[in-house]
Amino acid sequence: MSSKIQVLSNRVLKKIKGFRITRSVFAFPYILFLMLFVVVPLLILLVNAFVADGAITLRNFYDLIVDGASLKTLWFSLLVGFVTTVLCILIGYPVAYILSKRSAGRLIVLLFVLPMWVNCLIRTLATRALFESLNAEFGIGTLIFGMVYNYIPFMILPLHTTISNIDKSYSEAASDLGANSVTTFLKVNFPLSIPGLISGITMVFIPTISTFAISQFLGGTSSHLFGDSINTKFEHQLYGVGSVMSLIMLVLVLVSNFIISKVNKGETADNLW
Amino acid sequence: MSLDNKTLTMQKSSVKDKNIKKLCENGYILVILLLLYLPIILIIIFSFFNTSAFSFRKGFSFDSYASIFDPNNSAKLTESIKNTIVIAVISAVIATLLGTIAAIGIFSMKKRTRRIVENANQLPIINSEIVVAVSLMLFFVTLRIPEGYMRLIIGHISFCAPYVVLSVMPRLMQMDSNIYEAALDLGANPFRAMCRVIIPIILPGILSGFVMAFTISLDDFIITQLNKGSTTGIDTLSTYIYSTQHTAGGLKPYWFAVFSIIIVVMIGVLLLINLRKYRKNIPNKDA
Repeated sequence: MSSKIQVLSNRVLKKIKGFRITRSVFAFPYILFLMLFVVVPLLILLVNAFVADGAITLRNFYDLIVDGASLKTLWFSLLVGFVTTVLCILIGYPVAYILSKRSAGRLIVLLFVLPMWVNCLIRTLATRALFESLNAEFGIGTLIFGMVYNYIPFMILPLHTTISNIDKSYSEAASDLGANSVTTFLKVNFPLSIPGLISGITMVFIPTISTFAISQFLGGTSSHLFGDSINTKFEHQLYGVGSVMSLIMLVLVLVSNFIISKVNKGETADNLW
Repeated sequence: MSLDNKTLTMQKSSVKDKNIKKLCENGYILVILLLLYLPIILIIIFSFFNTSAFSFRKGFSFDSYASIFDPNNSAKLTESIKNTIVIAVISAVIATLLGTIAAIGIFSMKKRTRRIVENANQLPIINSEIVVAVSLMLFFVTLRIPEGYMRLIIGHISFCAPYVVLSVMPRLMQMDSNIYEAALDLGANPFRAMCRVIIPIILPGILSGFVMAFTISLDDFIITQLNKGSTTGIDTLSTYIYSTQHTAGGLKPYWFAVFSIIIVVMIGVLLLINLRKYRKNIPNKDA
């Protein structure tokens, strides 16, 4: 009997001492933290979207659809997000491509990223002061300029990383086989840079439609974005409708990240770090 | 001979083409960089001209810098800077501790649980800031957690800690697991082995995680703005700037000075950190 207990206790001790078991316990406080302050808040958001006047309904969704203004803002935001993203690609892709061929490229990319560390509000107000001194009319044009100005580093960085990692011998092989530089780019380098492009697109598109300071400072009186209206809804204590709108935002985020993970096929997505 | 000449001239012209192309490319990069820095540089230049628009009319002076110390401006400003730094330090320290220990734990998990935890860790990073802010606010309101520093620090930790985990993880993966086991074989208990072996190896990851957490916390606007509470009067620098710009139109001269100082400090410090990293990486690459 006592020997049995000894064997058992030995086994338990071994398990406790076992390297893997003792170490994975270290993650528990953080897992608890994540559950409590990340997952539970999102669940509360989900519940709030389906609750109105203490009952479970779809009224918040109905209210959102009936209230045309919020949907209009959503479409407007998607449009601004789209134009901003396209401009960031058109301006940022050549930058990333040129820098990936230079030995000092990595250092210059650093110069592109540095302004990002200056508070976003400060940069936005600096742009506003510039437009004011030029007597520019605030509206969708200035808004999109501000967005591109703010988010273009997010496009250049992942693109540069991806393009620099493309094996040079692919394009050499293509030109050896008779492709000119345009064909080589279109058929070899561009397709290989798509993972970086996709992560750049989400890193520009999602923040563009969801910020609320930039549009207030640069968009004039009429150009409000989806982030602004979420903020206003919560300011006016309209938690139900606000939650539905946040949920739409969350779905957009999850869908775009699903696309990234599909394109990157298991490789970790390039983020800023 | 003539053939040789021909190829020579062809080569010459292609070299010339290449030079022109390179010149265009450099010019393009330069123009975009200039555009990117233009507003910031203008703010710095005009901070010496005591102006609220970009004009040289009032002449060169340090008046806008002096006006920072005007008690009307400085009280609220110093308080908000103090708040920003206190919140950033506390959240970054806690996030670094929590995230580092978590990374060690997650690293030794079984593949499936590890993937679930890693995905949960990605959530605050990929999520849009406004959704994080709103969901935290609903959480605090639902659980009746009192408004104040508590809410802000919890919020800041929740979006900083994932970055710490992400920066420590690669270091753990590079680590040779035999070293840890050797420490155990030589008689160290797991705790001692962790302090003496694992932590020193992953220290660079921990440090860069801390810097990241600190800067992200400093930079945050949306989550602080929605969770600071209306009655507490707590403002960080971002929310203070936002509130002043919201009520009064135009940028007062003293903001030019404040912005210039922040811009120079932030860019200077990060340039230093990154250049050190860059220099360190070059010999590694050759080796």
